[in-house]
Amino acid sequence: MMSVRILANTTQRILRQLRHDHRTIALMLVVPTLLLSILYFMYEDQAPVFNRIALIMLGVFPFTIMFLLTSIAVLRERTSGTLERLFTTPLGKLDLLFGYGIAFGLAAAVQASVTAALAYWLLDLNTAGSAGFVILIAVTNAVLGVALGLFFSAFARTEFQAVQFMPIVVLPQVLLSGLFVARDEMAGWLEAISNVLPVTYAVEALAEIGANPEPTATMWRDLGVVFGVVVLALMLGAATLRRRTP
Amino acid sequence: MEPAIQFHDLVVERGKQEVLHSVSAEIHPGVITGLLGPSGAGKTTLMRAIVGVQLVKSGGVTVLGKPAGSPELRRTMGYLTQSPSVYPDLTVRENVRYFASLYGFGADEADRTIVNVGLEDQARQLVSTLSGGQLSRTSLACALVGQPEVLVLDEPTVGQDPLLRDELWRRFRKLADDGATVLVSSHVMDEANRCDRLLLVRDGSIIADDTPPAVKQAAGTDDLDQAFLRLVRRRAGQ
Repeated sequence: MMSVRILANTTQRILRQLRHDHRTIALMLVVPTLLLSILYFMYEDQAPVFNRIALIMLGVFPFTIMFLLTSIAVLRERTSGTLERLFTTPLGKLDLLFGYGIAFGLAAAVQASVTAALAYWLLDLNTAGSAGFVILIAVTNAVLGVALGLFFSAFARTEFQAVQFMPIVVLPQVLLSGLFVARDEMAGWLEAISNVLPVTYAVEALAEIGANPEPTATMWRDLGVVFGVVVLALMLGAATLRRRTP
Repeated sequence: MEPAIQFHDLVVERGKQEVLHSVSAEIHPGVITGLLGPSGAGKTTLMRAIVGVQLVKSGGVTVLGKPAGSPELRRTMGYLTQSPSVYPDLTVRENVRYFASLYGFGADEADRTIVNVGLEDQARQLVSTLSGGQLSRTSLACALVGQPEVLVLDEPTVGQDPLLRDELWRRFRKLADDGATVLVSSHVMDEANRCDRLLLVRDGSIIADDTPPAVKQAAGTDDLDQAFLRLVRRRAGQ
């Protein structure tokens, strides 16, 4: 059950909430930029290293931040009673699910564009492929963060608990993504774990864009894998939205 | 007239506790039914079962002839939760317009409802900056806004000043006169006199289901507070 009208109104409502929160918007736009600048000065004389890490960070930021924002936002809906109330209205689960996905996906697109623009123009980021694809991967990662955030919010009763899912969900994926140690140099069992983590594919896709002027088959496959995990996570998220509760 | 809400042998457990013990009753359209009883009696649980968000152990609830929680029913029900459930980071108007839009209504209907609950001066204010009474009226506006046929209001007048409370009851009366089914819970007995019909609940059981005069007569007192006490004692003595 879905309604285009309700989905559009729900997306708009979530964006309005975000818009009233000026400080969150400022943090969303400034923090990634600030972190990239630190990286820039850390690797001032090693452009290739900066290029590699900064590119991956462009994918990791939206994933991490949207995971956090969604898990807190949806936890609030669950604990404040608004979710229960929404479930007595004609709103369908998918309206809410996709509402969050689209609203935070749009916010991530703005965030990724601002960060990428700064990285390319001010920090001399250099990629063989186009910035458009970098932003595409960044937004897909953001939606992955939204979907996982929605799912994990079901396992938190308080905001204290919710924020602690961030290191559990995000850090291992980043550690094993090949950013620090190339995946084929890892112990076999670590590589096997990294094979089933979606961020691994997002990072590989970004590396493909960094190294190739045209999108490669590997990049498309990786994007497809991430997209598949998004759909899976949204389905798991939908399963945690229960109209009837004890 | 056909009852709008029926529940029979309804048993609900929350945690390991049975909070409703096989309760049955009918609630009719066109009148205000008061769900009265102390805190913890099971009023909210019963209301949640009626709007279809409560898992029930056994028994059934039907609303307008359909099982509670049916998708078709969601267009026709307005539910006010006990603690205000609106978005604190939106304005009053944005909240009410959002809930209006879920029922397919536009900004006009939302703005009218805001006036009806006396919040026209706060319409552009963020909900997080409202007083307690204004906050719960925002929540009430979101329940009233879809022109629902069945209204389930969990303690709608708590914390309102007497003048506004009177105004809100007039509004519930108008809605009932227009044919809506209005179920209002309260733990304040003086509000019971404003209802056409009372369900007195205690410890998960319905101890009276009648009009206010009949409840008073059965208990042999003119005071509803006293009547409630006597009915409880009478049951305990059985």
